[in-house]
Amino acid sequence: MSRYRRMSFNKFVRNVFAHILLFVLSVIWLFPVFWIVLTSFRGEKGSFVPYFWPKSFTINNYVQLFTDTQQFYYAKWFMNTLIVAVFSCLLSTLYVLGISYALSRMRFKMRKPFMNVALILGMFPGFMSMIAVYYILKGLNMTQSLLALILVYSAGAGLNFYIAKGFFDTIPKAIDEAAVIDGASRWKVFTKITIPLSRPIIIYTVLTSFLAPWTDYIFVSVIMGDNYDKYTIALGLYKMLEKEFITTWYNRFAAGAVIVSIPISILFIIMQRYYAEGASGAIKG
Amino acid sequence: MAKIKEKNERYSIISAFLRGDFLTKLSFLIMGASNLFRGQIIKGLLFLFTELAYIYYLTSAGISALRGLRTLGTKEQSMVFDESQGIFVVQKGDNSMLMLLAGVVAIAVTMLFLVIWKANINAAYEAKNLKQQGKKLPTFAMDVASYFDKKLYRTLMSFPLIGILLFNILPLMFMILIGFTNFDHEHQPPGKLFTWVGLDNFKALLLTGEKIGKTFWGVLGWTLIWAVLATFLNYIGGILLALLINREGTKLKGFWRTIFVTSIAIPQFVSLLVIRIMLNDNGAMNSLLQDLGIISRDKFLPFLSDPTWARFTVVIVNLWIGIPYTMLIVTGILQNIPKELYESAKVDGANAFVTFIKITMPYVLFVTSPYLITQFIGNINNFNVIYFLTAGGPLSLDYYQAGKTDLLVTWLYRLTTGSVKDYSYASAIGIMVFILSATFSLISYRFTASYKREEDFQQ
Repeated sequence: MSRYRRMSFNKFVRNVFAHILLFVLSVIWLFPVFWIVLTSFRGEKGSFVPYFWPKSFTINNYVQLFTDTQQFYYAKWFMNTLIVAVFSCLLSTLYVLGISYALSRMRFKMRKPFMNVALILGMFPGFMSMIAVYYILKGLNMTQSLLALILVYSAGAGLNFYIAKGFFDTIPKAIDEAAVIDGASRWKVFTKITIPLSRPIIIYTVLTSFLAPWTDYIFVSVIMGDNYDKYTIALGLYKMLEKEFITTWYNRFAAGAVIVSIPISILFIIMQRYYAEGASGAIKG
Repeated sequence: MAKIKEKNERYSIISAFLRGDFLTKLSFLIMGASNLFRGQIIKGLLFLFTELAYIYYLTSAGISALRGLRTLGTKEQSMVFDESQGIFVVQKGDNSMLMLLAGVVAIAVTMLFLVIWKANINAAYEAKNLKQQGKKLPTFAMDVASYFDKKLYRTLMSFPLIGILLFNILPLMFMILIGFTNFDHEHQPPGKLFTWVGLDNFKALLLTGEKIGKTFWGVLGWTLIWAVLATFLNYIGGILLALLINREGTKLKGFWRTIFVTSIAIPQFVSLLVIRIMLNDNGAMNSLLQDLGIISRDKFLPFLSDPTWARFTVVIVNLWIGIPYTMLIVTGILQNIPKELYESAKVDGANAFVTFIKITMPYVLFVTSPYLITQFIGNINNFNVIYFLTAGGPLSLDYYQAGKTDLLVTWLYRLTTGSVKDYSYASAIGIMVFILSATFSLISYRFTASYKREEDFQQ
């Protein structure tokens, strides 16, 4: 009896300890989030204040972000990013699905070579060729335009076929063959059978390619240069923290970061289910 | 058997030439001839136009572009005295960079043309064979229809391939070639020419004791230390966190998981920039520590401004970024470990620590070893964490254009976008990173083997 009690007491202590530990870790992980929200409502201006808790609160930072458009035009950046994200996500999804289907379902001479080339291309640092991309865009007279961004983001999408291909591989081939015997063309099989069966992987592809432009900084910074009107959110927010702007724009940076983080976080949380599935799918091959 | 033989023949240019009739042989010179004279008018014309377009390209730009590739320009921009105006004016010289780019484009166009030329031979030979066998040749409409059926892969892959060619392969070829030139800050077009230097850049990086060589080995060393630390600490931390959340007695499992997922749901550039500001010498973290009386008012902790501190800080902050990711993935794996293993261990009297070492870890390690290696490669190329936190700094005087927390990739970035542009070295560094990644990838593919045996996994 007493032995049981001692065991359950030990268990109780361990549980309490585990929960305290989890609580402390949660505080550490949410600390920066908490602090940026706090800063976005801070009444006093300035980047570095010698105290942690704000002395006054205001929502002006949020209002000014949209009304004070002389230097930076946050609402416009938001729209720019949205446009780029929507179009590059449409293109990328088409590309990824097309390539993945071809590689998974059809057998042709260039199949293995293509997969090997994709593998090799993936091993070079992504932005190594950035400068060359910039000059190619310049040659096409397209720098500092949203169209260039859309093209750059979606162009390489065809190389990220691994997860979608792995998914297509799991759809039984017998279904395809039955349809082909019934006289359906490959195109029909692809659009009428494979696509409707692939909802999870389509959602995963759409969300990942939609999120990319919101978080990319490198390519925009090279392509857009100093054309503030064409900036996307990530580049714009980064700009606000530069020496000449940080004093005025610091609190608004916080507000802008909060605004952009909310929809992105929601999408990410929707996607995480697919993220875990996709990642484990990639491990399985 | 016969079918296989026939297929092989179709793809051999030599046999097409030997066995083809006059029209097939003519197609080697005049593309589409065989199709045109056998009634496949549109197909034949398309081939013919391709050839004419290519010839036009060659004569107008292609040949000079290919020739320029050899020298990368001979006439340097100079100042010439203009008598009529009485001043010195700039006389335009060759632009080595544009010449290199045009040359790469010319090579790509030529390769594309060769692919179409080969398709033309195939089509010519096929048309001849069908005619000989007395079969009807497919009409243009039928050809188009086949691109949505048997040749659907061509339709599906054509647009993505154009994108990959234009924005991945071409730029990469260009950049790789630059690694073998002296396109550094002293040879910037249009003012100066640059030219081929062979392996000099690699020698400077790897073999000489110059400043740039010292920087390379220093940065490479830190890159590897960083990749090992970041990968393994995140991995172990993620597993421990997953175990903590998934242990039997923990209440509200979903709630805790959501908290940690929230922290990674925020765009990385936002969270990293925020952390950078918090960890500034007079940022929120130091203010907080002063408020709490842990450090005195006039002191601060140099989280990001002291080289050693900065290195520790980036590793720790990377834990903040990476642990939730690993937690997400490991959670799924933990739920798949067979319960019987734990029960039999319990019967044998093993305690929690022993079960963890003997059962949980081996199982998780087995399933996630490929993930571990991809993570390692990912960390070698981990641009975001370093760039947004320290931008590679604090800068070091012993280093050439690099700071103490710079990875190879952030150093590369600085060399291409910073004030001193050394594209040649940047390209050489990129190639070295490729060699690193390729080596580790090869190891990882030996682990998975699924890449080689992919057919086994298909149903």
